[in-house]
Amino acid sequence: MTTQAVTDLASPGRSFRGSFKLGDFALRVAAALVLVYLFVPILVIVVFSFNKPKGKFNYTWQGFTWENWLNPFEYPALAKALQLSLNVAAVSTAIALVLGTLVAIALVRQRFRGSKAVDTFLVLPLTSPEVVMGASLLTLFLSMNWPTGYVTIVIAHVAFEISFIAMTVRARIRGFDWTLEDASLDLGASPTRTFLKVTLPLVVPGIVAAAMLSFALSLDDFIITYFVSGSTVTYPLYVNAATKAAVPPQINVLATAILLISLVLLVVGTLYRRKKVRP
Amino acid sequence: MAGTAGSTRQRSRVAPYLMILPALAYLGVFYVVPFFSLLRTSLSTMGGSVYLPQLTFAWDFGNYGQALSDYRDQILRSFGYALTATVLCALLAFPLAYVIAFKAGRYKNLILGLVILPFFVTFLIRTLAWKTILADDGMVVSVLGSVGLLPSEGRLLSTSWGVIGGLTYNWIIFMILPLYVALEKIDPRLLEASRDLYATNRRMFGRVILPLAMPGVLAGSLLVFIPAVGDFINADYLGSTQTTMIGNVIQKQFLVIKDYPVAAAMSFVLMALILVGVLLYTWALGSEDLV
Repeated sequence: MTTQAVTDLASPGRSFRGSFKLGDFALRVAAALVLVYLFVPILVIVVFSFNKPKGKFNYTWQGFTWENWLNPFEYPALAKALQLSLNVAAVSTAIALVLGTLVAIALVRQRFRGSKAVDTFLVLPLTSPEVVMGASLLTLFLSMNWPTGYVTIVIAHVAFEISFIAMTVRARIRGFDWTLEDASLDLGASPTRTFLKVTLPLVVPGIVAAAMLSFALSLDDFIITYFVSGSTVTYPLYVNAATKAAVPPQINVLATAILLISLVLLVVGTLYRRKKVRP
Repeated sequence: MAGTAGSTRQRSRVAPYLMILPALAYLGVFYVVPFFSLLRTSLSTMGGSVYLPQLTFAWDFGNYGQALSDYRDQILRSFGYALTATVLCALLAFPLAYVIAFKAGRYKNLILGLVILPFFVTFLIRTLAWKTILADDGMVVSVLGSVGLLPSEGRLLSTSWGVIGGLTYNWIIFMILPLYVALEKIDPRLLEASRDLYATNRRMFGRVILPLAMPGVLAGSLLVFIPAVGDFINADYLGSTQTTMIGNVIQKQFLVIKDYPVAAAMSFVLMALILVGVLLYTWALGSEDLV
């Protein structure tokens, strides 16, 4: 039974043709409208990256210019903030990836005493509101007299990334044949060699997906970072500060550029996977 | 599974604990301990000067009383806004998720990709874009005004609906995806069976599709409601002083006014309310598919 069958079923059956055809049409229109709705702000962001704003704020359309695209890094503070965010995203993802992947493998490979509890515990950070996570970390840093800055930002990002990574990797590697590890050991490979040559290749696709998610989450995080950043400025923090003082159109340029890069990665990833599936 | 090789078995017994230890230790120090630190702060009294505040632990429950009485409006508003946004998300997400799951055919992956794409733009910039769209001299206001849906001099920016609209937009993806997954899982034979038993379209939808989509709605609602209820960016960018939420209070008390005990108490009020909401919700709808 394939998608085609469902489509056949869901499309007009002989006896209900009239009413259902109309309903079906209305449903498709509604779905299309919602899809358009998702893209309205994106369109505004792209269009306004070509704006030539008069005052300090890039909120109303004034005229077309290539100027912003030709000088994307005109504001050194913006470039610096973006660079810092990329740095934080890379470092925190690398740390969280090790911690999260180990948990995911342990949870999938076998049931052990307390595995259910670990499972539940990992979900908790995903369900706590960001402002509470940020606030609680701030009280910890305050009580320890830790100065907030780069290190505390990385610490906070790792804390919320671990769960996302563990969950993503776990979902991807569920149902694998772990007896392959036993086979490798039986054939005389050392545990380390088995891990590197058997376990790791099995889990790599899941790890890559988790790393991308984690990187994106870190790059986009505002609320938690806001609490633990001190005077350090990441990309979202720069954007927020800009809304209070002056919003340069370069913010839109970089946002559009990031969107385009994501789009390319998405397309390449999809094509690559399709190629792999079809031998 | 590990019944053959003795060495494997021995390794396996300790290995999982060694593997989970680093992450658990990390979350223990930077997730669990901070909560106790927050709890302690919420029960402390503030002394010292403004520049060098001194926190003394004193079982001071007065902070909670103050939080509940001073910020009752924000608490009620946050729940009203987040609840409305969750319902709007479900209503908007359903037709899209349904069409992707049942009618998109070979365009399924393309449309799914398109749905995810807008969320690659930083959350703050997306919200800023809404500021342009909903502006008083913008198109949305003038169109709604000309068809009479908005009174003349009516605004969208700096109103409750502006904030709710922002909350809805920013988290709708967390409703669309679980809903799509739930709909996708529906066995086509069930629809066939309901057809064979002469179900009308409406009945098939109400008796077969909707109940089977409920796990998706449940998961989606929690994924939308929890971040929305604690958010302060939408209220900050798209609202006014009349639309502040709990998040705004916590943020301001912590980072501007620096009244840490009341701010910490507010955080626990937020968590307690979320917990009550989640419990009521799962009690009403069942929780097998929660995690």
